[in-house]
Amino acid sequence: MNNVITKNETIMSVEGLTKNFKSGLINPKITVAAKNVSFELTPGKIISLVGESGSGKTTVGRLLLKLIQPTAGKIFYRGKDITQIKTRNEKISYYRKVQAVFQDPFASFNPLYKVDRVFNMIFENYLKDENNKKEKIEKALSEVHLNIERTLGKYPHQLSGGQLQRLLIARALLLDVDILIADELISMLDASTRIGVLNLLAEICEKKGMSIIFITHDLNLGYYISEETLIMYKGRLVEKGNTKKIYENPLHPYTKMLFKAVPEIGEKWDKDEDFFPEQVVNEVKNFYKANAKKGFVEVESNHSVLFSDD
Amino acid sequence: MRENVLEINNLKAYYKILKGDVKAVDGISFKIRRGEILGLAGESGCGKSTLASTLISLTPPLHYVSGEVKLIGKDIMKMKQNDFRKMRLENISVIPQYALDAFSPTKKIKTYISDIVKEHGITPDKNFFKKVEERFDLVNLEISTLDRYSIELSGGMKQRVIMVLSSILDPDLLIADEITSALDVSSQRFAANMLCNLRDEKIIGSSIFITHDLAILYQIADRIMIMYAGQFTEIGPTDEIVKNPKHPYTKALINSLPQVGIQYKDTVLKGIKGAPPSLLNIEEGCRFRFRCPYKTEQCEKTPVREKINDEHFVSCFRWKEIGSGNYE
Repeated sequence: MNNVITKNETIMSVEGLTKNFKSGLINPKITVAAKNVSFELTPGKIISLVGESGSGKTTVGRLLLKLIQPTAGKIFYRGKDITQIKTRNEKISYYRKVQAVFQDPFASFNPLYKVDRVFNMIFENYLKDENNKKEKIEKALSEVHLNIERTLGKYPHQLSGGQLQRLLIARALLLDVDILIADELISMLDASTRIGVLNLLAEICEKKGMSIIFITHDLNLGYYISEETLIMYKGRLVEKGNTKKIYENPLHPYTKMLFKAVPEIGEKWDKDEDFFPEQVVNEVKNFYKANAKKGFVEVESNHSVLFSDD
Repeated sequence: MRENVLEINNLKAYYKILKGDVKAVDGISFKIRRGEILGLAGESGCGKSTLASTLISLTPPLHYVSGEVKLIGKDIMKMKQNDFRKMRLENISVIPQYALDAFSPTKKIKTYISDIVKEHGITPDKNFFKKVEERFDLVNLEISTLDRYSIELSGGMKQRVIMVLSSILDPDLLIADEITSALDVSSQRFAANMLCNLRDEKIIGSSIFITHDLAILYQIADRIMIMYAGQFTEIGPTDEIVKNPKHPYTKALINSLPQVGIQYKDTVLKGIKGAPPSLLNIEEGCRFRFRCPYKTEQCEKTPVREKINDEHFVSCFRWKEIGSGNYE
């Protein structure tokens, strides 16, 4: 799994990923959390996965991390379908290259242990033969701009949310991962610190050629950091492509609604305009009906839109 | 000149704990006029929620230290507990943070509403529910929602129920603490619009909208007040604060906001280095000085509130010199 992949090759490709959740024993109800999600990832690129709660963005993240098994679809990492891997060794070698950082930094750390534990666990689980542990940790910490003396040996409650998130990114750097899945990484951080963490992600991505899947509900953050954007609605990918193209010319009614709702400094909402988020359900239905095109269609280069719901 | 609903002068309220005082609200002054939405912004731990708690329920370890809080002309800090409670129930309403999670899962919305208004000494009779239904209509909620359980509602719907409920007695002041931060962007805009509507329809007299999200405040607030580490930093009309901030902290905060149109590839935004100081037994001095690029010796003293114009106040020694310079 360690061949060098050049900039324009695909490092991960997701094809028709679907996940249904079943609930209830008698008359089980099926919730489609993700349906037919496909996209590709190239090295050194940040792709943001944008959607509201319940859109299935976290489900996609969990599928990519093999935390849950897909109902259908394939995930190719360096040409190998990782939905099929079963053995522990295969899994370990996958996790050596694909890691995640989640929303709540305080929940990611065990409050009873010092923060160093996350690094020790990495060595225990993935890098047993590593000799220069200390050196490696120091290098990773300096890459996330953390002061070693002020962070190592501390307990989670002694550090701020931003520092903890940086530590978790450093943890991923120890492994020299190919892909980092950042699920709402900065939504719990303060305005003044979140931009620092965001810049750090972009910097690492540039320097190390790491790819980042940036899961967020905040369109402004997605625009700032990512080259490509995927918009999710009710488990479906409704629009994908170059970030600038989507933001300048959103075509799917759901994407349009999102842009209308996002608060921006310098541009006020139209006060007379009726804004009912519920209406989007009907708008989407009408959009699908009114269009002769079917499925996912590329409307311009690197900008595709979903035109039907089947 | 419109009537002042709330007038706060040099309010100090500390958390008194064994180790000393946590000075979470330290010398805050501002006014809210009738018909106004005042946005209160700042980082977590800056004292914005403590300020709200001071106005509603001073529960230990939070203690009132000094200053004046006039609600419709009456100083509520000097009142007897019972009188204050009565006035509070009549005139102030609050939507606390995480109000969405405070629904009882075993009660229908209708029962929940009845229970709450009974506490205010109102019998939830037919007339009362007629009013509730009118308000539900105003926020685009179906009347049948009353007979549903909270788990059946989405976050946005719950927030609307909360907003109807908190404004049902037509309060003079509605304190909304982070009501949009747990919501999706679409529900966020709806909730924010609703607050404006409630104000426009004169259902609520005025509102303090507490949030860390300046972009939302820009949309709905008439004036914005910025707090940092328990201290007042700047207050002024929304457009002035956003487009022509004077305090270095406000400048930094606004410059760090990502907006559509700015990409990392083209412009790298700057955050603010460091973290806010601990407020435990904090000494005199401007509390932003530890992170401020403009600090000098005089910043070891607490800056006084200075007037820029009739509406715009700042507390910084050097605001004139800094002028329109950007935060470095």
